[in-house]
Amino acid sequence: MEGKVRMKTIVIGVIGADVHAVGNKIIEYVLKNEGYNVVNIGVLSPQEDFINAAVETNAQAILVSSLYGHGEIDCRGMRDKCIEAGIGDILLYVGGNIVVGKQDFDDVKRRFEEMGFNRIYPPGTPIEAILPTLKADLGE
Amino acid sequence: MELYLLVDFGSTYTKLTAVDLEKADIVATASSFTTVATDIHEGYHRALQQLYQKIGSEVSFSKIVACSSAAGGLKMAAIGLVEELTVEAAKRVCLGAGGKVDLVFSHYLNSKEAARINQENIDIVLLAGGTDGGNKDCVLHNAEVLGKAGIQVPVIYAGNKSCQDEIIEIFEKYHLEYYICDNVMPKLNVLNIESAREVIRTVFMNNIIEAKGIKKIENEIDQIILPTPHAVLKAVELLSKGYLGEKGLGEIVIIDIGGATTDVYSICSGSPKRADVILKGLEEPFAKRTVEGDLGMRYSAMGVVNTLSEEEVKRYLEQGLDIVSEAKKRATNVDMIPQNEEDEKNDIIFAQICSNLGMSRHVGKMDTYYTPMGTYYFQYGKDLTDVNYIIGTGGVIIYNHHPQEILKKMLANEKSIMELRPKNAKFLLDKEYIFSAMGLLSLHEPLIALKIMKKYIINI
Repeated sequence: MEGKVRMKTIVIGVIGADVHAVGNKIIEYVLKNEGYNVVNIGVLSPQEDFINAAVETNAQAILVSSLYGHGEIDCRGMRDKCIEAGIGDILLYVGGNIVVGKQDFDDVKRRFEEMGFNRIYPPGTPIEAILPTLKADLGE
Repeated sequence: MELYLLVDFGSTYTKLTAVDLEKADIVATASSFTTVATDIHEGYHRALQQLYQKIGSEVSFSKIVACSSAAGGLKMAAIGLVEELTVEAAKRVCLGAGGKVDLVFSHYLNSKEAARINQENIDIVLLAGGTDGGNKDCVLHNAEVLGKAGIQVPVIYAGNKSCQDEIIEIFEKYHLEYYICDNVMPKLNVLNIESAREVIRTVFMNNIIEAKGIKKIENEIDQIILPTPHAVLKAVELLSKGYLGEKGLGEIVIIDIGGATTDVYSICSGSPKRADVILKGLEEPFAKRTVEGDLGMRYSAMGVVNTLSEEEVKRYLEQGLDIVSEAKKRATNVDMIPQNEEDEKNDIIFAQICSNLGMSRHVGKMDTYYTPMGTYYFQYGKDLTDVNYIIGTGGVIIYNHHPQEILKKMLANEKSIMELRPKNAKFLLDKEYIFSAMGLLSLHEPLIALKIMKKYIINI
């Protein structure tokens, strides 16, 4: 019972018109094994679905995946919508091929930070690699 | 001869159906005006005398059970957190339990909203919010607001189980009459109807009919067990699924166009029929009911006209029909029975709008998504394309000479290509208006109820 109460909830999904499902399943698998309550809203998910899920499940973090290059358009305004929904302080992570073509990642990172994302990961980052940061951010 | 008497205390009529169990057949039916304003016994006795006359003697019944939608039916307020999630789940539970959803609130309640619950004579409040282990703050706040408002009617808590204890403390503190049941949305997009529906039924049986002055009839009958729409849901679910060796009709849709509302029921899973379709949103109930409070033949006739654009009203005028004054005529004269061909023709037009819109609001919809990987489709709600039968009931459909003209408006058509309406459904008619009675009978004798329905629900 005690373990269940303390279990942290993380919402994951693939944003926009993106149907890449494999990485999404791997993220779900790894996070579940780490003992998180994973709420996977799946592919083709608009911002509102991430936020609604986080509100009802009282999630501590939202992990947004985007593989098809349009992530920058899809993620715009997401932090503002979180603030509107009353979860302005929630952790927002984003990763994948989040912009079009090969761009300087420092520049990409800066643009996503300006949008209000807490952590931004470049293409090919395995979920295991971010676990220590995630745990630290969640205060574990 | 063993006889059961099934009684439906409706908003207008008290309807009696006597069933012979051995023959598995209806012996006689009778009806009289419901007299809940004075004494519910009067209308019941009048209908009973009529029934005895039809049978030819004063028979005795081994069981008398009833359902009721008299005195305004079951008026409910549904409260949740996010509109598309727990609010929607709470609404569906109310409708599935046979209620009318008169008030809907989302997120943090304010005192004005809570006051409306008192003002609008709500019978039961359903409070939901948060998945199990999810958001607590909102429901705790809302319980507090309900308490401060001094809500007089029963409050059913069907939210996040992790704060049940705190919720009970708040309810106790304010001396509310409360009931606790399972969360209507325990996990994201998972709908859990049964527990809450059972609690609503119990509260209805024990408190609501008492408050409405209906319960005193229980000195003459065994029990009032269900709100009428809940009884209808039971009947149509049985008719769809079948029982033991007796086959059901499979996937069906039922439409009941009444004076004040249009009810649509669909009994099927409604899951996507194609591989390239992705299902989105809250889970749908297998037996789903929707109620349109603005669509009806008499009390809500003005609501029907209000759904039309100016352009459409003008087009009716050009065809020689002043639809606005026809609506006024029906709304002010709610007992109106078509006297001539023209009245009947106009009733068909009103009923067609009800059936078309009732279906449009009930049925699932498709949405196209163009992605770099090709075209994908989203499905929101139930796919009814393969439904076998559409069954019509309610005065206008039963008594009209052209019921198929009304029912065909529910089928797929070129104006609503994104709606997953039935494509090739056949039309049936509940000519004797037996669904509520058979729902009651099905609680004790499902096989007999099923056989009677299959006999009396006819092809058109």
